[in-house]
Amino acid sequence: MEQFENVSGVAAPMPLINIDTDMIIPKQFLKTIKRSGLGVNLFDEMRYDEDGKEIADFVLNKPAYRDAEIIVAGDNFGCGSSREHAPWALRDFGIKVIVSTSYADIFYNNSFKNGILPVILAKEQVDVLMEDAERGENARITVDLENQTISATDGTEFKFEVDAFKKHCLMNGLDDIGLTLQKKSAIDTFEQSYTKRLPWV
Amino acid sequence: MSAPKTIYDKIWNAHVAHESDDGTCLLYIDRHLVHEVTSPQAFEGLRTAGRPVHAPDKTIAVPDHNVPTTVDRLNGIANEQSRIQLEALDKNALDFGIHYYPVTDIRQGIVHIVGPEQGWTLPGMTVVCGDSHTATHGAFGALAHGIGTSEVEHVLATQTLIQKKSKNMKVEITGSLRPGVTAKDITLSVIGKTGTAGGNGHVIEYCGQAIRELSMEGRMTVCNMAIEGGARAGLIAPDEKTIEYVKGRPHAPKDADWDTAVAYWATLFTDEGAQYDKVVTIKGEDIAPVVTWGTSPEDVLPITATVPSPEDFSGGKVDAVRRSLAYMGLTPGTKLSDVAIDTVFIGSCTNGRIEDLRAAAAVLKGKKIKDGMRAMVVPGSGLVRAQAEEEGLAEIFVEAGFEWRMAGCSMCLAMNPDQLAPGERCAATSNRNFEGRQGRGGRTHLLSPAMAAAAAVTGHLTDIRDFS
Repeated sequence: MEQFENVSGVAAPMPLINIDTDMIIPKQFLKTIKRSGLGVNLFDEMRYDEDGKEIADFVLNKPAYRDAEIIVAGDNFGCGSSREHAPWALRDFGIKVIVSTSYADIFYNNSFKNGILPVILAKEQVDVLMEDAERGENARITVDLENQTISATDGTEFKFEVDAFKKHCLMNGLDDIGLTLQKKSAIDTFEQSYTKRLPWV
Repeated sequence: MSAPKTIYDKIWNAHVAHESDDGTCLLYIDRHLVHEVTSPQAFEGLRTAGRPVHAPDKTIAVPDHNVPTTVDRLNGIANEQSRIQLEALDKNALDFGIHYYPVTDIRQGIVHIVGPEQGWTLPGMTVVCGDSHTATHGAFGALAHGIGTSEVEHVLATQTLIQKKSKNMKVEITGSLRPGVTAKDITLSVIGKTGTAGGNGHVIEYCGQAIRELSMEGRMTVCNMAIEGGARAGLIAPDEKTIEYVKGRPHAPKDADWDTAVAYWATLFTDEGAQYDKVVTIKGEDIAPVVTWGTSPEDVLPITATVPSPEDFSGGKVDAVRRSLAYMGLTPGTKLSDVAIDTVFIGSCTNGRIEDLRAAAAVLKGKKIKDGMRAMVVPGSGLVRAQAEEEGLAEIFVEAGFEWRMAGCSMCLAMNPDQLAPGERCAATSNRNFEGRQGRGGRTHLLSPAMAAAAAVTGHLTDIRDFS
């Protein structure tokens, strides 16, 4: 995984609440056996009509937002299925940061494993950034993971919380599995005593 | 004496293989279920890194999401991408030496139906799968939840998951259910009350008399939709019914192991005085047969209600409801029981078990579906299908005009050819009514198997209590 760099860019406003994983990447694109190339199908059924033509008023089709790196979203972003194709598609499109009041748990975890930072802010703060995002190219939002701050265009700075371990992995582009395998002896020891106690498991 | 614990606390504690100073844990995983859609990239990752599967004996694979459900599927799968994905699972199962139920095996079916059916899912276990409806297995008093593909790879390689403990949430359903009310109505009503984010960050324990009175099939239906309420996992403490269900299953413990296991399972309950971070209580007798009217599982109302108006809501929900109603083609004030439907889908990991088919067949016996109705039953597994045939249920479905299909996820997520066309309206026993879920432009109303069967006959959403 590549290291997460600070982002200063255009944010796309998506105020709809409960944006689900079926919206983010509809099921017909889950037939792939690869992780790459899903960006073109991000939000496919909202973004293209039945003939595959772009729907002009969908936010990511508007000229100002075609290179958006941030999405400012309504509550409970990413609810629904566990499909990691959702963060794969977002990242492949170029999204590095999402801002919302809340996320579905599985999506939240999946994001970190794919170089996407899901920022949680209070409703009033999301509202400020949403207003900024609606101003398109004229507004840039800046995200600093190291200092855990996100800044609106006028410089107003909001602090956000993030799990220390997740932050460490994201900033350094670390592979979870490699880290866990460093603790293999702890796992093996646990497994031995566990199997002795509950041999039928 | 140690502090009182919830059943979630107990299962969690029993599986912590390593804990870091910041509370990040490596949680040991007892059963890893795998299907064709969320696993190919994970196996590819193992190959690239030259890593083996840590515990192939605890890893069980079955194709379900993508498989056609027509009988002719054994002659080959037409869609090339689907075929490649299935072939990848065949190869991965073989190469890595994991347990496998291919399409040709009568035990094949939806992963969350196959796990319990084969006795892989047992009380007190940690169960994961690259599928959000893994919560289903919580019905056995197991800690079961969905994971992403990166986590699938992590579990394959290490048999652990990096986790921080969730909060405890109690959902108690007191008293008994009224006639015509089912497990599906319980689980939808809970989501209607808590919202789809109500359980975020929590593990739900379902308890109370109405939960105790449910069969294991019903309990699986309830836990299955914990994720629709935002909770990664939902569970129910094991009891006599659980033990009775598990006993004698192919992978259940035997002989002396059985006795040790039963003794251990008897410790899996929430201690008196244990603390929950959130509590929701619903009276069983207050739950009505319900249907969904919108595009979120929280859009639930009793079948006797009318379609709501955006103005009935506040905040971001106002715009969401406006969008939902436009998508669903519904007008506020319309009686839900007047909503005409053209498709009925009975199946899925929510309601594709034998009890669900019995409930639907009981409604359909001696009746015909409405002219022009497209109705299908997709059993949750090959064994459910065989049992339904043996019990004469298949005959009832076919005589009523239903298509009698092979096992798979089918029209629940419409990855295979079983899909809705734009504007088609489906009464579905599945778990998600999201936009496009059952096919682009398709409209989904979630309900119980009996209500779905009744709707197939009348041609509109129907109160099962008025149906004769």
